[in-house]
Amino acid sequence: MDNKLLEVSGLTMRFGGLLAVNNVALEVNEQEIISVIGPNGAGKTTVFNCLTGFYKPTAGQVIYRGEPVQQLPGHVISRKGMVRTFQHVRLFKDMTVVENLLVAQHRHLNTNFLSGLFKTKSFKKAEAEGIERAANWLERIGLAEFANRQAGNLAYGQQRRLEIARCMMTQPSLLMLDEPAAGLNPAETDELDELIVELRDQHKISILLIEHDMKLVMGISDRIYVVNQGCPLANGTPKEIQSNPDVIKAYLGEF
Amino acid sequence: MSEQFYYFLQQILNGVTIGSTYALIAIGYTMVYGIIGMINFAHGEVYMIGSYAAFFVLAGLAMLGIDSLVLLLIAAFALSIMITSAYGWSIERVAYRPLRGGNRLIPLISAIGMSIFLQNFVRLAQGSRDIAMPSLITGGWTIGPADAFNVTLSYMQVVIFVVTFISMTVLTAFISKSKMGRACRACAEDIGMANLLGINTNKVISITFVIGAALAAVAGVLLSMYYGVINPYLGFMAGLKAFTAAVLGGIGSIPGAVLGGLILGITEAITAGYFSSEYKDVVSFGLLCFVLLFMPTGILGKPEVEKV
Repeated sequence: MDNKLLEVSGLTMRFGGLLAVNNVALEVNEQEIISVIGPNGAGKTTVFNCLTGFYKPTAGQVIYRGEPVQQLPGHVISRKGMVRTFQHVRLFKDMTVVENLLVAQHRHLNTNFLSGLFKTKSFKKAEAEGIERAANWLERIGLAEFANRQAGNLAYGQQRRLEIARCMMTQPSLLMLDEPAAGLNPAETDELDELIVELRDQHKISILLIEHDMKLVMGISDRIYVVNQGCPLANGTPKEIQSNPDVIKAYLGEF
Repeated sequence: MSEQFYYFLQQILNGVTIGSTYALIAIGYTMVYGIIGMINFAHGEVYMIGSYAAFFVLAGLAMLGIDSLVLLLIAAFALSIMITSAYGWSIERVAYRPLRGGNRLIPLISAIGMSIFLQNFVRLAQGSRDIAMPSLITGGWTIGPADAFNVTLSYMQVVIFVVTFISMTVLTAFISKSKMGRACRACAEDIGMANLLGINTNKVISITFVIGAALAAVAGVLLSMYYGVINPYLGFMAGLKAFTAAVLGGIGSIPGAVLGGLILGITEAITAGYFSSEYKDVVSFGLLCFVLLFMPTGILGKPEVEKV
């Protein structure tokens, strides 16, 4: 059986004279953790933006579950199951923690305005299920006691975890995390590490990760893609990457 | 109690009456601004259309020989809300949605164009003369000594307080409890992220316009009965006043719009009562200038943080 989830080939993004992404190819299978690494400014986030419809790539194909998605608008792509986070936390800061999780289930809570107005049985049931899903996740990420607190008042590491839980509420099959460990302390990074592995093993989803924390990347990735100055440099298992002379050169410079 | 006190009390009552209708209109401005960051300058016209819709319903039912007050009021509110909401929805669909994503100035100009269009559309269709609204609710209570100044509280004012209060309560419940209200709040905070999480943001924006128009219709029905006349130009001034109220309270904040409306209404009533009614507009727009200069985020607004 073909278990390819995402297939990217020849992805190119040009901003005027700047070639930000040049002929990048990627492959993500079901239940895999794939990392994209590279020095600052290598074009990793631009790749993400092309994949999730923020940018329309200049050339190349993005095939998700056998279907080209590169020209679709962002919300359509996310509804197909590709959901991302950003380098900076983008929670709804004025809403409570649990509301952040409920609002992400908007499309799945199958209720309409009238049934909400009259609080019909099906509405109450759908709301209760939504709250239960949210509660399970809050329990998992250790935020159950903060459920009714404003999301903006959480500690930074908690906000990061809440953001991942919020993405999971949309029931994705590919979760794209842009530098999730940035700004976390070592203990929080370990928790994140555990959470990402759990997403793959228990929730059966794939994760595409951009990260600078090499300990995290090398520890959990199934495969790694290295990008340098917009061009693909290498790809392989963490072991292969660590011993690849081109990669070492790109990171440390020529000797 | 002294005569001065009664006089003051009367001004406050008048101020709260007019202020609560400003608040109803201001909510439309503030909700639209909160979600798409644009000032819908055609909103005053939407309110005017609400008044006209009420007039036609009342006149039509009177011709059919219906004279039950409750029935007339319910029909006037329900039909006016429906017609005006349809206008609100269509305005967004026709004049703003195609321009979304571009420069913020363009929808603003489109809004001013829409305002001119609607005003002249009603003027051509209905004539520019004042139309007298049938006065359904007359009479009131008088408090105070018979030989000196006494306070009058008309039944119409009571209706305005009650209807405004009900509208605000329903709106608050919708925003804070319902699933769609939750989506509205999410869109107000970060519309791009809401979109990515699978919320249909176009629908949320449409609903915002419909709610704003519905509240403007309520204000239209109430104020047209309170003043007793309507004309195609009344939306202009009411729109500016409500905009002032929204800015005063902090644009983007719904409680702010209510507070701003009440403050503006009371300020106007006191100016009219103690100085001269000709100066009341000077004072309210002076207040707008003052707020814009010294507290640009309004009373309950949050300071604008530059988004990275």
